[in-house]
Amino acid sequence: MSAEVISELMREHIVKLVASGKRADGRVPEEIRPLKIRKNYIGTAEGSARVNLGNTDVLVGVKISTGEPYPDTPRSGVLTTSCELVPLASPTFESGPPSPTAIELARVVDRGIRETKTVDMEKLVITPGEKVWVVFIDIHALDYDGNLFDAASYGTLAALSCAKMPGRMTGGADKPLPVDHWPVSITAAKIRNTIVFDAALDEERIADARLTVAIDENGDVRAMQKGLSGSFSYDEVRYVISTARRLGNELRRTIQA
Amino acid sequence: MVDVEPVEKEIQLLDANERRLDGRALDELRPIKIEAGVLRRADGSAHVEWGGNRVLAAVYGPREAHPRHLQDPARALVQCRYNMAPFSVSDRKRPGPDRRSVEISKVTSEAFSAVVFTEQFPRTSVDVFIEVLQADAGTRCAGITAAAVALADAGIPMRDLVTACASGKIAGKVALDLNKEEDNFGDADDRAADWGDRPLADGRPPHRRRVRPSDEALDRRHQADLRDAEGGAPPAVLHRGVR
Repeated sequence: MSAEVISELMREHIVKLVASGKRADGRVPEEIRPLKIRKNYIGTAEGSARVNLGNTDVLVGVKISTGEPYPDTPRSGVLTTSCELVPLASPTFESGPPSPTAIELARVVDRGIRETKTVDMEKLVITPGEKVWVVFIDIHALDYDGNLFDAASYGTLAALSCAKMPGRMTGGADKPLPVDHWPVSITAAKIRNTIVFDAALDEERIADARLTVAIDENGDVRAMQKGLSGSFSYDEVRYVISTARRLGNELRRTIQA
Repeated sequence: MVDVEPVEKEIQLLDANERRLDGRALDELRPIKIEAGVLRRADGSAHVEWGGNRVLAAVYGPREAHPRHLQDPARALVQCRYNMAPFSVSDRKRPGPDRRSVEISKVTSEAFSAVVFTEQFPRTSVDVFIEVLQADAGTRCAGITAAAVALADAGIPMRDLVTACASGKIAGKVALDLNKEEDNFGDADDRAADWGDRPLADGRPPHRRRVRPSDEALDRRHQADLRDAEGGAPPAVLHRGVR
């Protein structure tokens, strides 16, 4: 991904705004952009969701087929998360093999889902050691306006929650994918000494550090990822987690709807 | 399409009244819905729903051409990339380009190079990105149609809007705009793109063509398809395959 140029004027403007508790798009620091989710958007997928987080637009598709389990986990299904940051979504995205950004994004989303045991992997076994359900999550960015991590994460959860295990592959009826937990990802960005949540593109481009927290329905932290070269103090991490716990509940209801 | 499921008995693709499986006449298209300006970041964009196909196209440019050695001091490059989302087909497609999508990207680029006034933007590139979100046969034609609208939405000067439509043979008859079953189990298929009042390969200099509305061009394309498939001169055939 080639870096996008941002003018000094814009940089100073955003820094001044956030320092005084305001943001370029009129939000307060702890405010998430409007979230809109359309489940079952794609007919060819076993589960799917199109997510609009402000002007960020992500499509997540879940494909489910049967296959062999990994030799070291014969009593567990297989779940894989991939991400394509296609050049359609931003002038800074390039075609070619997945960029480090795309790989980090897919792995952070995967970690949030996996470490919460969102999908009961044992229920994906058809014949132990021989045949299991294989779940592919594919994240397709369509329009990039900041915070792809959270948009992709909400889309993944929404797509899994409406996914069906296709009966045509086992000679039975379609069965819903067993989704037991609802981890909600919240990403905070630190600009100089101020923290904002759900950074828009201009904020993301000048952020010094990024912290993504996945919170489950009990308010417990299930996964975290700190990114970029800046740092968070201990108190700042506590602040991000407590704010994420508060914001997560409403987001979870939107995703479950 | 790539996903063929085994069938026990032969499928009857045409009934006694020459109606197709989905009730269409031989020269009838599936419902088409086109929306322009659907993406914020792109300079131009369009979403096309065509039967069960859903395709998104975005245009960036004219912008500096990369890599630089490709830059043409006399004109702009038109670079198209056709890509299928992994979940757009019934058996998941591995992400990234395969030989099929590289070929489609190439012929699509060539189709648009003929209509964009490339000489107005030397050394630049007009980049067209086509993403197939849901596939139901005829994705390259839906992609070309979406790309044409996205180019217009981006304000790229063009001689006309390119439109594309597939045709093929089912149960021995020429039919337009094959759906997935017809594509999989029919006799043959081909695709063509055109613009103005003649197919692209007619050899007339572009500036002497009259500009016509795209729906009329599409309509003529259908007639041309029927003519050509019945033994006339071939139009600008993007790809012809026989299964």
